[in-house]
Amino acid sequence: MWKWLHPYAKPERSYQLASTLLPWFAVSSIITLLIGTVWGLAFAPVDYQQGESYRIIFIHVPAATLAMSAYMAMATAALVAMVWQLKLADAAAAAIAPVGAVLTAVALITGSAWGKPMWGTWWIWDARLTTELILLFLYLGIIALHHSFEDKVLAGRAAGILTLVGVINIPIIKYSVEWWNTLHQGATISKLDKPSMPIEMLAPLLINILGFGLMIGALTLVRFRNEVIDRNSMRPWVRDLVAQESK
Amino acid sequence: MHFESLSDFFAMGGYAFYVWLSYGVTFVLLVGLTIVSVRGRRNLFNQIRSKQVREQKLKEYRKGNENNEPKA
Repeated sequence: MWKWLHPYAKPERSYQLASTLLPWFAVSSIITLLIGTVWGLAFAPVDYQQGESYRIIFIHVPAATLAMSAYMAMATAALVAMVWQLKLADAAAAAIAPVGAVLTAVALITGSAWGKPMWGTWWIWDARLTTELILLFLYLGIIALHHSFEDKVLAGRAAGILTLVGVINIPIIKYSVEWWNTLHQGATISKLDKPSMPIEMLAPLLINILGFGLMIGALTLVRFRNEVIDRNSMRPWVRDLVAQESK
Repeated sequence: MHFESLSDFFAMGGYAFYVWLSYGVTFVLLVGLTIVSVRGRRNLFNQIRSKQVREQKLKEYRKGNENNEPKA
């Protein structure tokens, strides 16, 4: 596997791979998100307790779940960058951070707009909401650190340390609804139990989770390519690329 | 379709404000991030291009100076 993986440590090869993958991720994410969202908004049955307001779930749950997954992906990249000194892993971590931050913001805002009609309040300082807000601040701190040094290697190391320390927040978010009393409802989907919703609601939710995942992939690829170009702007292959594009 | 009519659909059983606020904000944020990310590439390319032009000019300037310098 290492033999096969090794060439991708070269920025040029990684850039090319990202360029090849990008259209597939972009097109498939738009299609799945369209199907999932239209299904969830217009065709899924109404919830017997929450009425039509529950339709916010089709963006809230994918955004919240994948904001955490994106964080773990970013932490993995940061760890790889730190242990094996792979500069491209730093570029990947820097590419994921803004995507994760936007997802976390989406999860918080949609959760707030769902909480108002259901709980009677936009915001409450309970465990789930507070840890999710900390996740947003972690993302913002990591983005700030990536931009705070002229030297990208140094910036990557500083951001990587914060990223790895922040991993502690992820299990706390996940189990906060079990460990503490909270207004927030428990998990809708889990691996061990049967899902607590009928298949007509579950299907569009799962499709949207897949769609959000593909969209994160596409956005990360776009940003990863930018990071690679930014870090290699003096290299001949980047100069050739720029010369080609300006024709 | 779950809803009886189009206006029924937009009314969202009385939760129209919250549902459409959620979907609207999400759409704006995601499209915004996409635009910023895609534009980042163009900005980078422009930066690199202008740097190249600057270097080229500097090179020519130095060359010109070499010829003008009085020989010892």
